[in-house]
Amino acid sequence: MRLTDAEKAMRDGQGGEAVAAAMDLLIRYGEALGAECLVETHNVTGTVTATTPFMRDFALEKGGMDAVFSEFSLDSRKVVNIPKVKAFSSHLQLGFDPHHPQEMGLSEEMVRFYRKSEAETARLGVQILNTCTPYQVGNVPTRGEHCAWMESSAVVYCNSVLGARTNTEGRESVGAAMLTCRIPDWGFHRDEGRRGTLGIHLDIPVETVEDWGLLGYWMGDWVQERVPVITGVGQVPNLPKLKHFGAAASSSGGVEMFHLVGITPEANTREQAYGGNTPTELRHYGARERAATLERINATGKDRQVDYVMLGCPHYTIEQIWEAAQLIEGRKVNPGTALWIWTPRAIKEIATRNGYTKIIEDAGGKILTDSCSAMSRAVPPGTRVVALDSAKQAHYLPAILGVQAWFGTTAQCIDAACTGRWSAA
Amino acid sequence: MNSAVIETIVIRGRKVVPGVAEGEALVTTEPISGWGGVDPRTGTIVEVRHELRGQSFAGKVLVFPGAKGSSGWSAMFHLARVMGTAPAAWLFNQMTAKVALGTVVTHAPAMTDFDIDPLTVIRTGDWVRVDADAGIVTITRK
Repeated sequence: MRLTDAEKAMRDGQGGEAVAAAMDLLIRYGEALGAECLVETHNVTGTVTATTPFMRDFALEKGGMDAVFSEFSLDSRKVVNIPKVKAFSSHLQLGFDPHHPQEMGLSEEMVRFYRKSEAETARLGVQILNTCTPYQVGNVPTRGEHCAWMESSAVVYCNSVLGARTNTEGRESVGAAMLTCRIPDWGFHRDEGRRGTLGIHLDIPVETVEDWGLLGYWMGDWVQERVPVITGVGQVPNLPKLKHFGAAASSSGGVEMFHLVGITPEANTREQAYGGNTPTELRHYGARERAATLERINATGKDRQVDYVMLGCPHYTIEQIWEAAQLIEGRKVNPGTALWIWTPRAIKEIATRNGYTKIIEDAGGKILTDSCSAMSRAVPPGTRVVALDSAKQAHYLPAILGVQAWFGTTAQCIDAACTGRWSAA
Repeated sequence: MNSAVIETIVIRGRKVVPGVAEGEALVTTEPISGWGGVDPRTGTIVEVRHELRGQSFAGKVLVFPGAKGSSGWSAMFHLARVMGTAPAAWLFNQMTAKVALGTVVTHAPAMTDFDIDPLTVIRTGDWVRVDADAGIVTITRK
C-alpha cells in the first residue's frame, strides 16, 4: 500500500506506540482489502467501552482500560498507553441502559465498572452519544465527507441519505481511525463503489414508516450487498422513514448504499445514480411483494397475547416520541404488557422537557436509552410475544431471544400495549 | 483389499492475511454472520437457520463464500481468537470490509481471489494446507 510521509512517520512511531499500533493495523487491513492507499477521515463512529463481564475481567487482569483498547480496538497484544483521540469520534449504542439496571438485569458492580469505562472513554475525547443514530444527535456528516463508521443502519444512512462516505467498519478499524485520522481508501470511499448496479421500480405508493420498512426488508433480501437504484418514489420520505428503510435493508441483506432517484444526493437523475453502469437486473415492487414481505416478517407471530411492545429501532426521533405520546395520552398500558421506547439520551432530555416522558410514564410505559433489546438481550420478565414497529428488530429478536414477533404500525403497537392483544394482520 | 486412495489438489489465490497453517476443512456455501451468528466462547456457529449450526470452527480451515450481518463481525472473531477458538485459516470468495478486518484480527492465514472456487473442490473433512505467503492451497482427500 502507498503511504504518505505523515503515515510512514506514524507507522514508525513518531506519534507514539499506540499510533504506531493503529497504523500497523490499518496497513494490514488495507492490504487485506487490496486498497491502494489510506484516506483522511475526521469523523469516526464506533464502540470503545467495555460492557461485558469478559471485558471487565480482561481489564482487571491485563492492565485496565488501556489493555482493553490495545487488544480490542487496535489489535495490539502489547498493552500501549492510549492517547486522546485525534478524530471527532462518537460512541455507538451499548449492551445495556446503565440508567435502568433493574430492567437490564445488571449488578451494581457491572454498572460501576461501566461508569469507569465510560469516564475513561470520555477522557479520550470520544463523544458519549451512545446511539445507533449518531446523525440525530450531533454527528451529521456532509456530502462527500470521508467517515469511518460502524453500525449497519448508520452506515447505510450515512452513505445513502447524507452522501457521506463510509464502509461498514469494525471495532478495531474505528479504534485505529480515532488515533490516526485514516481509514483504507476502498469500497464506498471511491466513486466507482457508490454507483448503482441494479434497479427497483415502485408500482405502489410507499408512504408510511411501515411501508418503508417493508420495502427495505424486501429489497435487502433480494439485493444483498449490491447498490440498488429506486425509481417511482412519490411522497418524499423523512428521517424516520429512511432510518427504518435502511435498517430493514441492512438486516435482511447487507445493503450499505441505495439511491432514490430525485431524492438522495447522488441520484438527481437515474443516469447519475448508475454513473455509467448498466443495471444487471430490474424488479418491480407492488402489492404482492408488500403482502408477502409482511407475512414473512410476521412468520414467528402465533399467539395474540402480547407481553412486550418495543419501539425505537433504530433509536426513535423526537418526532416519533411525540407521535407515540399522542397515541397513548389518556390511555393505560395493559397490566400484563410492558411498553419500552428506546432513544438517544439527548432526545430523552427533549422528550422530558416537552412532557412526553411524563405522558408515556403516566400511561405505564418507559423511555430507555443507550441500547435496545437486541443489543442488551433484556426484555421484561416472562416475555414470550413482542410487538414491534421495526422490521430490523422483528428480524433479530426472535433469532436472539426465541420470542414470537408481530410487526406493524406504531399505532398498532400502541394499541397492543394498551389492550394486551395483537389485533392487526 | 482396498488401499486408501490419496488425492491431492492445488489451487491458487491472493494473500489476505500472511502465514502458513493447516487443518481439517469446514465448508459452507452460506455466508457467515459474526454478531448473533457465532459463539466465541465455544467457537461454534449459532445462527438459527445456518447449515453449520452447532458445528465448531475452532482450529479448522473455514471455507465459506463471505461475511454477512452486523458490523460486530470482526469483534466476534477477535474474541474467538483471544479465547482460543478461532479458525486456523480462512478461504473465502467475496471481499468485504467485514471479512477483511475479521480475518486480519485473528492473525490466521487467509486467502481469496482463487483460480478455482474452493467451494467446488474442498469438502468438509479434507486436510487443507494454506500457504498464504506463496498463494497456494493444498487439499488432501483420503
